[in-house]
Amino acid sequence: MDGAPLPFRRLGLRLVEGIDGTLMVLMLALSMLGLLALFSASYEIPARVASQVMNLAVAVAAMWLVAQVPPQTMMRFALPAYVVGLAFLLAVALFGDVVNGARRWLHVGVTRFQPSEMMKLALPLMLAWYFHKHETTLKLRNFAVAALLLIVPLGLIARQPDLGTAALVGAAGFYVIFFAGISWKVLGTLFGLGLAALPIGWGFLHGYQRKRVLTLLDPTTDPLGAGYHIIQSTIAVGSGGLWGKGWLNGTQAHLEFIPERHTDFIFAVFSEEFGLIGNVVLLVLYFLLVGRGLYIAANAATVFARLLAGGISLMFFTYAFVNMGMVSGILPVVGVPLPFLSYGGTALLTLFIGAGILMSIHRYRKLVQT
Amino acid sequence: MRGREIRNSEQELHQFQLRVGIAGAVVLAAFALLAARFLWLQVLQHDVYQAKAEDNRISIVPVTPNRGLIVDRNGVVIARNYSGYTLEIFPRRVKNIERTIDAVSEFVDVTPRDRVRFRKLLQETRNAESLPIKNRLSDEEVAKFAANRYRFEGVEIKARLFRQYPLGDVGSHVLGYLGRINTQDQQKLEDDGVGPNYRGTDYIGKAGIEATYESELHGATGFEQVEIDAAGRGIRTLSRTPSQPGNNVTLTLDMRLQQVAEIGFGDRRGALVALDPNTGGVLALVSKPGFDPNMFVDGIDPQYWAELQGSLDKPLNNRAISGLYPPGSTIKPYLALAALETGKRRTSSSIFDPGYFDFGGRRFRDDKKGGHGVVDMYKSIVESCDTYYYHLANDLGIDAIARFLGPFGFGSRSGIDLAGEFAGVLPSPEWKIKRFKQPAQQKWFPGETISIGIGQGYHSYTPLQLAQATAMLATGGTMYKPRLLDHIDNPRSGDRRQVPSEVLHTIALRRDNVDFIKRSMAGVSKEGTAARAFAGVTYTVGGKTGTAQVIAIKQNEKYEEAKVAERHRDHSLFVAFAPVESPRIALAIIVENGGFGARAAAPLARTVLDYFMLGKLPAGMDQPTPEDEGAADEESESD
Repeated sequence: MDGAPLPFRRLGLRLVEGIDGTLMVLMLALSMLGLLALFSASYEIPARVASQVMNLAVAVAAMWLVAQVPPQTMMRFALPAYVVGLAFLLAVALFGDVVNGARRWLHVGVTRFQPSEMMKLALPLMLAWYFHKHETTLKLRNFAVAALLLIVPLGLIARQPDLGTAALVGAAGFYVIFFAGISWKVLGTLFGLGLAALPIGWGFLHGYQRKRVLTLLDPTTDPLGAGYHIIQSTIAVGSGGLWGKGWLNGTQAHLEFIPERHTDFIFAVFSEEFGLIGNVVLLVLYFLLVGRGLYIAANAATVFARLLAGGISLMFFTYAFVNMGMVSGILPVVGVPLPFLSYGGTALLTLFIGAGILMSIHRYRKLVQT
Repeated sequence: MRGREIRNSEQELHQFQLRVGIAGAVVLAAFALLAARFLWLQVLQHDVYQAKAEDNRISIVPVTPNRGLIVDRNGVVIARNYSGYTLEIFPRRVKNIERTIDAVSEFVDVTPRDRVRFRKLLQETRNAESLPIKNRLSDEEVAKFAANRYRFEGVEIKARLFRQYPLGDVGSHVLGYLGRINTQDQQKLEDDGVGPNYRGTDYIGKAGIEATYESELHGATGFEQVEIDAAGRGIRTLSRTPSQPGNNVTLTLDMRLQQVAEIGFGDRRGALVALDPNTGGVLALVSKPGFDPNMFVDGIDPQYWAELQGSLDKPLNNRAISGLYPPGSTIKPYLALAALETGKRRTSSSIFDPGYFDFGGRRFRDDKKGGHGVVDMYKSIVESCDTYYYHLANDLGIDAIARFLGPFGFGSRSGIDLAGEFAGVLPSPEWKIKRFKQPAQQKWFPGETISIGIGQGYHSYTPLQLAQATAMLATGGTMYKPRLLDHIDNPRSGDRRQVPSEVLHTIALRRDNVDFIKRSMAGVSKEGTAARAFAGVTYTVGGKTGTAQVIAIKQNEKYEEAKVAERHRDHSLFVAFAPVESPRIALAIIVENGGFGARAAAPLARTVLDYFMLGKLPAGMDQPTPEDEGAADEESESD
């Protein structure tokens, strides 16, 4: 490096400026494992791996951009992003496209996108900003307002219906409220009320959603549909054993027993080929990633930064936990991708932008707020 | 103060860090839970899953349910199933498909058509496990192939149920047809969340009742757990959950009436809709020419498909709900009623008809040279006097006309249980503004109102709308939602779901006004334009003839000059209800290019009403119909 001409060294320094090495290494390691699994899962469509590499490149670029933005600037985007996201969700409810039985997509010009995806970041951003603004005078009333800010988009997403995303967005919002210091008493009460309301919530579920929950309890009741997914993915995971069958040697995935094996069920492919050892490596990587995020949160400069970093870190955790839990048969089948491993550009973009925010927060941790 | 604030925020930070610690612990616990689950699956239960995976030999085979029957109001079976054998190729298990087909054709007669169809199926359905190369094998073919089965990996004989329409092309547009599930259908099934229920099902309702009530007719797929050998062949069944047959659908249709009407049309093009005015039930719904839905059952022959698609007569269009026609003079009774209700005319007031009406420097001519002389309202309907309605339309004005006709269903979809219904056009100044872009074209000219008075101009309605309006007149102002479904039976439980009649809306009309219009329409068949068609009739019938000008020439008709000339002729229309005192049937008929309403449509209405009112069959229909015999033949063939 010393031999390189000065301008290039400068450029190099400029490029890595603001990039958190720990996060970056962890995310790239996960992404590489993802590409391995994806290659195995879609050996008949090699172009998919190339396309995922492109997605990665775009996501990393977006992360870099976001990492350059100081948290103070981000705060200014909180309210607009939330309002726009809410408007999009309303637009979807009114005239969105129906794909897979749910109204989730919105046409914008030539492309279409899922506004609910945007809410995954916009909501924690908004809540963190809100708590930051009322930092010195935080009362129960503020938590009620925050809950309202959470429930409105959540309801809109849930009635699309997209329970998976609703759960993720709801969790992200909840984490911020939790970190903001809602009292344990209130939390306990809400939890109790929630339990009591479960039977009512059951009534609001769509037929196929109820079926998925019932199927989890006994997969054999629906061997042609959702139960089939669970039965087959459990077989794939279980047959992987301690060491796995080896890369590209999985049989369950290759025999097409696994549905959606390149997206939501890619963990089944990974798990079959890399075994318990591979799974533990994966868990450790995720744990380190979440831990790094929480460390950043604990050292952040402002309330806004703290809450946002905490929320994003736990969002990473939720993604990973829900997906692996679903594939290994302890959580119902909901459409949640495995972070950094599942094929798909949108989820990757959300994750890397989230990481970019974490990096920015860490970079500006010492700036004293005036 | 300041000190306290700092301490406060320090305390806050401390509290936050405590919560971060808690969160970290929760994350750790959750991951530990996952790790425990992995340990359980991958180490402790590994042998179990290893065994399951090694011979993922327990194949789950769907058991396809029997599709429900479709019967008419008298129990006449319109759609049923019969079992037959097909020879199926599993594309994924076969290395060279062409060579396999060549080899198979040693034992089974594979025609070039079968090959074309197979290739088409292969393109259309990507994910199918197996596709039929030959349908309806003969016993000999089955025996021959079975003896040589060991030579063909990935080719198997399957027993399957075929859909059959015993009455052939009668009511084809109502029934619709089944077709193979293609990629689009598959996507839609997934979207609706019923994908799993269609594993093992190859066919789906594509049009008509078969499509509308697909979810009722299909039934619930069962499944068998089958142990398979290395080659994927079943060895024994481990467990079985039977399928549940689809529900049987009973229509309001009277197939005999339908048949009478279709025979009445002969080779002419057109449509007929007959409704029960008191329920909205459809008694007959004809669109001619039709097609034979049996041809679609095995995956349609590309040649027949091309014929249907390419025909100038558009046999696949359901003219009864998607054909749009000007109503011609059949609109006159409604305008007369509008004039009575709004007080613009009294029944007794008369005009003198010189044979024309001058308006805005233009001369609107009456059909009858020299005019009808002195004309009152009764005579205006009975003799279908144009001049009377030129005056009337001008006096009413377009806004009042549109306001009055709208509630009769003109220009709006009725909501019948068939896909592809058109709304048509109820002309009004508002409609014109919406329809045209340029301000110059958007303006409503008073002269346009005049043609509206005799059912020409921008009017365009479906035959169903004409029938529905007639039914509404017959009931004196109640509109029922037209429907084909009468009830649905669950063949297992015996449960029956009767579809209730649904009143869409009612119009408050004065009884004496309605009675007068009905009396006038009765006059049409007694002493008016339809008197010859209804000569010697023993029941009472109210009717109105109509003639609609054919304006546009369609594309690609230039080569057949003789035919184009025929297609230029006026459409012949007739609407009717009977008996006049308490109507049990209301109908609308259009015979394309049939000339005057009195000439083609009215005699057809007579035939249909004679059967409905008196049970009188037209000549050539007292024996079992040729279609019935054909169906019997087919059945014996498949045995």
